[in-house]
Amino acid sequence: MLSRLSAGVLKNAASSGAKKTALGARSSVRYASSNASASTVDAILSSRATLASASLLSVGTIAWYTHLYGTIPFVGEVHASHLSDEGLHPPSYPWSHKGILDTFDHASIRRGYQVYREVCAACHSLNRIAWRNLVGVSHTSDEARVMAEEHEYTDGPNGEGEMFQRPGKLADYMPNPYPNEEAARAGNAGALPPDLSLIVKARHGGADYIFSLLTGYIDPPAGVEIREGMNYNPFFPGGAISMARVLFDGIVEYDDGTPATTSQMAKDVVTFLNWAAEPEHDERKKLGIKAVIIFSTLTALSLYVKRFKWGPIKNRKIIYKPPTDH
Amino acid sequence: MALSTTFYNAFFRRNSVYVGTVFAGAFAFGIGFDLGVTKFYDTWNKGKQWKDIRQKYVQESE
Repeated sequence: MLSRLSAGVLKNAASSGAKKTALGARSSVRYASSNASASTVDAILSSRATLASASLLSVGTIAWYTHLYGTIPFVGEVHASHLSDEGLHPPSYPWSHKGILDTFDHASIRRGYQVYREVCAACHSLNRIAWRNLVGVSHTSDEARVMAEEHEYTDGPNGEGEMFQRPGKLADYMPNPYPNEEAARAGNAGALPPDLSLIVKARHGGADYIFSLLTGYIDPPAGVEIREGMNYNPFFPGGAISMARVLFDGIVEYDDGTPATTSQMAKDVVTFLNWAAEPEHDERKKLGIKAVIIFSTLTALSLYVKRFKWGPIKNRKIIYKPPTDH
Repeated sequence: MALSTTFYNAFFRRNSVYVGTVFAGAFAFGIGFDLGVTKFYDTWNKGKQWKDIRQKYVQESE
């Protein structure tokens, strides 16, 4: 805003100044239109409005910068902690469901469920997903029923007031690996394995972060000490994570013949966990296509109708005809 | 008789017919639009959805 103002002012000042000297040389007649300009420049440059707008522009720019980048421009910062304490930012991976029109890759969800069941489920619960949720997503109802029946659930009380064990049904939720949080902590050196139902939504970086974490285990760099029982992972905030690397090439054997490399298993299990966090994902994107089409059509229609209705009003010409004879 | 007159007499002359046309049109558009979007969505995501891989896992007993 200020730059536009000053450029215009300079141009005006130059031209009107020249005009003024020419006029002054020829005659001493003063025209209000050509003469007030020199003082106009001064008036603009020293006016309160200019001061206020320049201050507002500076403050606004700094506020915008601070909002955008989190620091004040041109002022260095000193951190008490190292930036690695916030964890390495994960790269952006080309997920099969990344685009706004892309569904999940359901074959990948199926493989990912297998990885979860055979690897992750030893420590991590998934208690917001029931067996029935897998039906029509990654498994047929028969397969899901068989898988549910492999687990025992406590039900009851029966007629005698006793709790009893029964095989799982489709309506049962995924069983927890530990009976309670204390047992989970005791089994993992005090660290609680988080529930994985919503983990993709619950972590910054989402699927990219979890994939990076699962595949990012390395030896600690020189100077970084990791306590006994902890592991170094640059993507984990702080670097020291209680979970050890679990995915190694070939620990799972896929039914569909996909080679079970570390990154393939990580990709599949993250796709599965992303589905677990957003089961509505595919339907949501389809509804989004419909909504965009319908609403953009309605917007175009209403813009057209507005122009159509306002056309005569904007283009009319009101002519005053004074009375001719009196 | 001009086409517009025929059109007017067929759909707009009686309010009951007009309202009926609007309702039937909305119903037909809803179905057609849904079919069209679903067709596009399934083509775009060919081979990724459950219905594309389902036949590999269903039992033959049906």
